[in-house]
Amino acid sequence: MQNLIDNFFAYTITGLTIGAVYALVALGYTLVYGVLRLINFAHSEVFMYGTFAALWVVMLLGGRPGAGVGQVIFWVAMMFVAAMAMSGFIAVLLERVAYRPLRKRNAPPLIALISAIGASFVLAEIMGLRSRITSWVGLDDNLRDYVRNSRNNAGMPTIIAPQPIFTIGGYHVTNVDVFVIVGAIAIMVLLDQFVKRSRLGRGIRAVAMDPESAALMGVNRDRVIQVTFLVGGVMAGAAAVFYMLKIGITRYDAGFILGVKAFTAAVLGGIGNLRGALLGGFILGLAENYGSAVVGSQWKDVVAFVLLILILLFRPTGLLGESLGKARA
Amino acid sequence: MSDPTQPTSGDDPTAAAATPDPAGTSAGTSSVPVEPTGERALADPADEVTDINPEVDIAPEDIGVPVVSEGERLLEVDEVTLRFGGVVALNEVSFHINKGEILGLIGPNGAGKTTCFNVMTGVYQPTSGGVRYLGKPLGKRKKFQITKLGIARTFQNIRLFANMTALENVLVGVDAHHSTGVVSAMFRLPKHRREEAQGYARALELLTFMGLDGKADELARNLPYGDQRRLEIARALATSPQLLCLDEPAAGFNPAEKAKLMELIRTIRDQGYTVLLIEHDMKLVMGVTDRIVVLEFGRKIAEGSPAEIRDNPAVIAAYLGVDEEDAS
Amino acid sequence: MSTTTSTPAARKPTSPGFRERVTNLPKAVKILLWVLFAIFLFLLPLLNIPFITTEGSDFGGVLFTVATYVLVALGLNIVVGYAGLLDLGYVGFYAIGAYTIGVLTSEHAHMSWVVVVPIAIVIAMISGIILGAPTLRVRGDYLAIVTLGFGEIVRLTLVNSEWLGGAQGISDIPKPPGFELFEVPSIDWSSGAPVVDLDTTSTFLKFGINDFVPYYWLALGIISLVLLFDILVKSSRVGRAWEATREDEDAAELMGVPTFRFKLLAFALGAAIGGLSGALFATKAGFISPDSFQLLLSILFLAAVVVGGAGNRWGVIVGAIVVSYFPERFREFADFRVLVFGLALMLLAIFRPQGLLPPRRTVRAKRADERQAVLEEGEASV
Repeated sequence: MQNLIDNFFAYTITGLTIGAVYALVALGYTLVYGVLRLINFAHSEVFMYGTFAALWVVMLLGGRPGAGVGQVIFWVAMMFVAAMAMSGFIAVLLERVAYRPLRKRNAPPLIALISAIGASFVLAEIMGLRSRITSWVGLDDNLRDYVRNSRNNAGMPTIIAPQPIFTIGGYHVTNVDVFVIVGAIAIMVLLDQFVKRSRLGRGIRAVAMDPESAALMGVNRDRVIQVTFLVGGVMAGAAAVFYMLKIGITRYDAGFILGVKAFTAAVLGGIGNLRGALLGGFILGLAENYGSAVVGSQWKDVVAFVLLILILLFRPTGLLGESLGKARA
Repeated sequence: MSDPTQPTSGDDPTAAAATPDPAGTSAGTSSVPVEPTGERALADPADEVTDINPEVDIAPEDIGVPVVSEGERLLEVDEVTLRFGGVVALNEVSFHINKGEILGLIGPNGAGKTTCFNVMTGVYQPTSGGVRYLGKPLGKRKKFQITKLGIARTFQNIRLFANMTALENVLVGVDAHHSTGVVSAMFRLPKHRREEAQGYARALELLTFMGLDGKADELARNLPYGDQRRLEIARALATSPQLLCLDEPAAGFNPAEKAKLMELIRTIRDQGYTVLLIEHDMKLVMGVTDRIVVLEFGRKIAEGSPAEIRDNPAVIAAYLGVDEEDAS
Repeated sequence: MSTTTSTPAARKPTSPGFRERVTNLPKAVKILLWVLFAIFLFLLPLLNIPFITTEGSDFGGVLFTVATYVLVALGLNIVVGYAGLLDLGYVGFYAIGAYTIGVLTSEHAHMSWVVVVPIAIVIAMISGIILGAPTLRVRGDYLAIVTLGFGEIVRLTLVNSEWLGGAQGISDIPKPPGFELFEVPSIDWSSGAPVVDLDTTSTFLKFGINDFVPYYWLALGIISLVLLFDILVKSSRVGRAWEATREDEDAAELMGVPTFRFKLLAFALGAAIGGLSGALFATKAGFISPDSFQLLLSILFLAAVVVGGAGNRWGVIVGAIVVSYFPERFREFADFRVLVFGLALMLLAIFRPQGLLPPRRTVRAKRADERQAVLEEGEASV
């Protein structure tokens, strides 16, 4: 407990940065759940592919510590482009391959979840076996740097050196912290506006509220679902960039635990509710950091899971309530 | 839970037929040709009307619930109000059901008929007011507890256990008053054997009564539509209810089937059940009920005998305003 | 044209299936077949049948692993197949069973194996109730995530708790007491034809450290008991209540089924069998660590149930054999095991959602559906 009091601000800032990542990934769960009433179990892999895209683009562009500001901005911008494109693509692919065939035959949710688990394993294993795959297709020489040690951690050069900007309560808040927290909130405001104002956004809300009426009113459900997956994937891509900037290490199975936590964040805020995902992400990030300060950092994941169980017990509809349709985004 | 030591004889009609014997129970009937399998039903999708066997004794079993005598109040709905958020689904609705009668609950779409059912069967808790059954408030009893007290229902959109056989569907209903647990089942204790034998006997009687005895081993989902409706009623009767609530049992029926259904409902009442009937079809309701309660927009707008309801201007207005076909 | 309603296709006599043919056999023949089958299973590890027998690893050990999976699949089938509850944290109960053995026979006490196994079952069952009581009220798809979290909580607790051996785990788990009754010789195929090899034998029932065949026999015995339990309970009020709950929970509740109580019962029984399997695993392995209880195992268990056909006990047995035996038999592809599983799950969900051996009813229903479809086509073409 003394530890928590002494380092309160350190835990708070760390909690908020990791919470921002949870929140962005949680959006993917929430959007898909809102529209399809389905837990997109493989969304964690969508995020994981984003982290690799961000890593690879930095390697490709020769990212290194200590470059000039213009150079760094370019690298970060390219990370966003690559990660969002990759995650968006994987998400849409997932929908096409794992979900659409099931939807066409009205499979029960259990079967969809099984398919999602299968897809999740396939995606993770493809990444985990990437050196094998490149050696099969004979690209080993060209891609060696990108695929080596497929089953181990892959680290990214620290392109933004963490520098303290200001100090609260003895903790130096770095430029990376500020960028992650402010950036994540900005992206979520953009998404909020998109869902609220654009035609596609209205389509998403209409399908979430009442699929049948939406279909009657001329909303193309398949297209809306595809866009929903795409948007969720792009958000996961953004999360992946922030994650790589803050943590800097990824692995083929990095998605799993993060995915479960992001899902917890979505449930915490009220699954299907976009603002709930934001709130849930930050609360979960803070809670697990405070919790780990009290009971020890090795229990961090346990804290998150226990929190999930407690929420489902006492407030199964989450803090802000469910429904993408009613809560106006 | 029924008391396992309670003798199964007495006024329990099934005790005599402890061995499941569908042929024996349907021996006296000549109206229904026993179909070998469901094959025929499948081969002819145009639902022919299945005849029931009204002489099979399906009277409710004694389940230890105090019973009121004929004509007394079985269930009272007392000033029930139900709100969902800002929407008032039921607004101070009061009516009662007498033992042994057939009460019709009618009203235009969205009037709150099914919602009223849901309050009576514990699906929703009323915002204010309450339901009294046999003089005692139902309170916050759970759905299965209310069923055990003797209120059973069917569903507007059929909700059978689709991947279980017709017989198993009915057995689940009979099981409501059984208490066999893992230990009894595991060691095949006398309780298990007694309850299974008694359950099979009662389930087969109910299927025979409904004219479904030839289809006992068919999956519920493979039965023709009309048979599914009848199976739902059989499943509800299996719980030995004092009050049987039928939610639009004639939906999707043609006139010939509706006539059969009226006959069935009357027979069920004559066997000792009280029936609450939600129905859209005015003709059916007028022909079969003793009294009618009319709801509109969650409020009760009329109550009385079929003749009174027919001439009630408020009812005519409500129906003409919404659905001309039903009023005619 | 309307006469074609009864096309030959619609009336196509369905030839009696394997099951029907077996059911129609005289009772004596059936019993004889069962006895022969039981003897075959009993001798299987010693027959060394070419191709089936695993090359790289000890076949007795492989068969024991397969048997553990079968046991787990039978337990999980009660939860997933009968009651329709998706449990992604089943490995948690498996771990609890194994660690109960480890803690009580080696790490903190030296109690007799015979006493500890029932304790392991009870503790797993209690943990099932503790997890189930609050969570079985939540929606089905949430339950999947909660149980997933539970599995991880158990594993992380094992890693972080020194009292439970930490990351190193628990070793020196004693062998169960045996009684040596008779020796069973094995078959040697090295000459190309089967020859009885009296030098390589397994002793019934001596639990050693090199010969895993007796452990397989033990597992086989436990499986038959669990199978009997399964058959008896499923064909009773309890089994019907589970199925009704799975089919339509609200309707079941309104027909007088206390669904929560039955879901909890399924969860507790499933947990108990999971704990028993874990106890068995720890007994044979002699050493356990948190690494043995990765989340992947939960998914493999679930795969066994779903691949085989949730709800059909024979189906899930086949599923368990598929999931556990093939990776051992084709070790050279071990690295691709998870990838292949993932693909298999997806393909299965898309093309055969009812599993390899779906419940008998589903087959029957499907046949009827097909006939109906043919009929409707006939009607439409009028």
